[in-house]
Amino acid sequence: MTLLPWSQAAPLLMLFSSFLAGVIIFTLDEQRHVLRATLNLGAAAAKLVLVGVVLLGVAAGQTFEVAWPLVGGFDLVLRVDPLSMLFITLSAFLWFVTTVYAIGYLEGSPDRSRFFGFFSLCVTATVGIALAGNLLTFFFFYELLTLSTYPLVVHRGTTESLRAGRIYLLYALPASTALLAGIVGLAVLTGQTEFSPRGSGLAGVPVEDHAFELRLIFVLLIGGLAAKAALLPLHGWLPQAMVAPAPVSALLHAVAVVKAGAFGIMRVVYDVYGLELAYDLGLSQGLAVLAAATILYGSVRALAQDDLKRRLAWSTVSQVSYIILGVALAGPTATLGGLVHLVHQGIMKITLFFCAGNIAETHHVHKIAEMNGMGRRMPWTMAAFTIAALGMIGLPPTAGFISKWFLGVGAVEVGAWWVLVVLMVSSLLNAAYFLPLVYRAWFLPPADATAGRADAKLTLLIPALITAALTILLGLFANTPFTPLAWVRLIAEADHI
Amino acid sequence: MSLAPLLIPWAAALALALPLLAGAACFVVGGRAAATLALGVAVLSSAAGIVLTAGVEADGVQRLALAGWAPPLGIVWRIDGLAALAVALTGLIFAAVLVHAEKSLDLLRGEGLSEAFRPLALVLLGGLNALYMANDVFNLYVTLELVTLAAVGMVALAGDPAAALRYLLVGVLGALAYMLGCGLLYAAFGTLDLDLLAGRVEPGGTASAALALMIVGVMAKGALFPLHGWLPPAHGSAVAPASALLSGVVAKGGFYVLLRLWLDVYPATGAAPAAAQILGVLGTLAVLWGSLQAIRQTRLKVLLAYSTVAQLGYLMVSLPLIASAAGHASGLAGALHLMASHACAKAAMFLTAGSLIATRGHDRLADLKGAAHDHPMTAFTLGLAGMTLMGLPPSGGFIAKWLLLDASLRSGQWWWAAVILGGSLLAGVYVFLAVSWSMSRPPGEPSDAQPPPLPRRLEFAALALALVAMALGFVSAEHIP
Repeated sequence: MTLLPWSQAAPLLMLFSSFLAGVIIFTLDEQRHVLRATLNLGAAAAKLVLVGVVLLGVAAGQTFEVAWPLVGGFDLVLRVDPLSMLFITLSAFLWFVTTVYAIGYLEGSPDRSRFFGFFSLCVTATVGIALAGNLLTFFFFYELLTLSTYPLVVHRGTTESLRAGRIYLLYALPASTALLAGIVGLAVLTGQTEFSPRGSGLAGVPVEDHAFELRLIFVLLIGGLAAKAALLPLHGWLPQAMVAPAPVSALLHAVAVVKAGAFGIMRVVYDVYGLELAYDLGLSQGLAVLAAATILYGSVRALAQDDLKRRLAWSTVSQVSYIILGVALAGPTATLGGLVHLVHQGIMKITLFFCAGNIAETHHVHKIAEMNGMGRRMPWTMAAFTIAALGMIGLPPTAGFISKWFLGVGAVEVGAWWVLVVLMVSSLLNAAYFLPLVYRAWFLPPADATAGRADAKLTLLIPALITAALTILLGLFANTPFTPLAWVRLIAEADHI
Repeated sequence: MSLAPLLIPWAAALALALPLLAGAACFVVGGRAAATLALGVAVLSSAAGIVLTAGVEADGVQRLALAGWAPPLGIVWRIDGLAALAVALTGLIFAAVLVHAEKSLDLLRGEGLSEAFRPLALVLLGGLNALYMANDVFNLYVTLELVTLAAVGMVALAGDPAAALRYLLVGVLGALAYMLGCGLLYAAFGTLDLDLLAGRVEPGGTASAALALMIVGVMAKGALFPLHGWLPPAHGSAVAPASALLSGVVAKGGFYVLLRLWLDVYPATGAAPAAAQILGVLGTLAVLWGSLQAIRQTRLKVLLAYSTVAQLGYLMVSLPLIASAAGHASGLAGALHLMASHACAKAAMFLTAGSLIATRGHDRLADLKGAAHDHPMTAFTLGLAGMTLMGLPPSGGFIAKWLLLDASLRSGQWWWAAVILGGSLLAGVYVFLAVSWSMSRPPGEPSDAQPPPLPRRLEFAALALALVAMALGFVSAEHIP
């Protein structure tokens, strides 16, 4: 019996490294803290190494693909391409830091085997989504993601978190039904659901005869994905889900869930329809308007929140739509901006949620009004928070600036001047909901003047500091090789976007 | 060299006769010996099914004439891929349920119940195997009667006597209608053998009337809407391992017969397309009614029973797809996938209900709080099996849903696609209601203190079935004939 060739084994290993860890963790006795932590970190580190090796291979032009026949001539396909590696590198890295954070965060709380089991399944699903070579495979893991995040959202088992979980499913399940309808429709219409560069899979379809069907399928697909990407009007679950434990929020907002939606929209626009066809059918223009509306609406709602995590959640609604805007603008530079924001938003937003979790865990502060003097009490946490907040606003030299710069230039390039206005207004709103908070923390005296300095414990602090540092580094060194921006340029070349 | 000529007759005979003989033997021997015997027979029957599947895959459909007499004088058993797979899967489910029942029946109802459960289960197994392999209309009737009688016995074993009686009554009435149909066919065409009938039946009043009577008969026996009324009280009140067999396996018996007739005899009657549309509409109502009733329930077992009504509705919806030319192949594959994966999933769910009742003494959903904390594996099993009911990947239910959607769009009947998608959303609601209670934490301080654990075999028996339902989601549809 011969072993699988590396080109087939690598995608499977990336997928199963976290799956196996999850299965073993499920069976672990609740008290086996050390073994569980070792497994968690070991699997996360192993995946990171694997991803690094594959990344080098892809850069050198190697191809990786493995398929399994599933149903009616359609296969489960795991395929590595530059775009999938963008997402997989992001999630593998953020999974690692989130695991460190979660181990610290959940110390002493019950049902940890269950939590980390589903946590690992969740990452398995994300890897599957990233590696999916066609819509069927994508859907397969997209659903797995929904199902494995639900137990995490309701982990605390309180009435409030059960309600959040219910609302999450209330959006996710109908949306996935629409997605499935779109996928089967596409499969019946074109006989395939492959992701192929520039949507060449649709090349044989007479577009004029099937314009209605193609538009309907696009709306179903994007509608199904929009619920995860929290695109207007399917954003309602995300602010509710903020009752979940902080590591889960990080997972929802940065690593997996909203990203899976945004990533899926990229796949549909770039690799199923192709930019040209999406533009010719008038679909990408509609998507751009929807994304712009979401950006503004999310920012306005964030402004009105007095709960820190809820404000961050509304900020995510707004920020994820930058990615979608970049995709929908359909110009070369805007594409770079959208793609790179997938990474940048993840790193900045996870920092913010780590910090919010630190503040809540260490000082039981949840409301923005209680943040006075927090900079003196937790200087490291608040420093990380401030950097990420400045990044969200888009100030140089942070990573957020790079994203917004490319989006703005890209918009002008395709003549969409109105987008500049949206970007400007949104940046002002971002500043309006982040800066007063930062000011309060550093410059206003704490309510209790005697309160001393007490920062979060190291397992909670270090992940936040790492991602905060990256927020600056990825901005400063954006133009060097091995940054997300460099990789995004490679994607644009490879896919001829 | 092919194995088939040597092994197939033995495997078929084993699947047909051994359960019935062992069922009788269980009255004589008791206790552990009987328990081992029953489990062994179920495993052997499943193994025989695997041998038959391999044989059919290698050498095609097998026909075995009893004692060498060819029809129309003799009786022929026919083993095709559908029958072989059904035998294999049924044996497997029976084995898992027997493992569970040996422990849980004592916990549920005190000592002694398993002595009565074993022979009934074995007779049921033998009846089902015979049903799968029957190749004439009358044998289908006889085997279906055998199955019904054993099933009624199971309901009466520890359930509501009124529910058992109602089940029996509906079963007898259904049998009557079916018999009338048989009589008409025999009078008009002179044979009851399915192969011969397929060649002889001519369109006309007699054939249509026979068709209608037989359909009504199997609908009553198989709890197909609107003749489903007996099922929820019967399956909801029976002792959980019995419900697992009834809802998982026996409930498909009626549809199985319908499908057999549909594939062989009905096309020739000329009335099939119209009947298919009517049955599709009834199936839609079953999906809606069953799901909405399931959503309203406050007890897990009754919820699961109504869910069976809804899932049988999908099978009826597959009929207009099977009847269409473009959707025939994927419609049929979808229906078979649905039967197989639902059988495993629903049996697994009833077993988890049994486990929960065994430890908590009830199955009221609102009082299942904290079950995921106390018995994580059982709660996980419930959710995993629930995925098949919702048709979410990875599960056999997803493959089934994909195929049925494919069939409806391919044949241009998009409205059935809407029914399937809408039904799976409703299934999402009731599965959510069944599972979510277990995630909520009971009032009071959470602690690491565990309640007395469930016996391992209860948890593993159910998990095994749920895993099979999931694994069916990775079996390429082409492998199911």
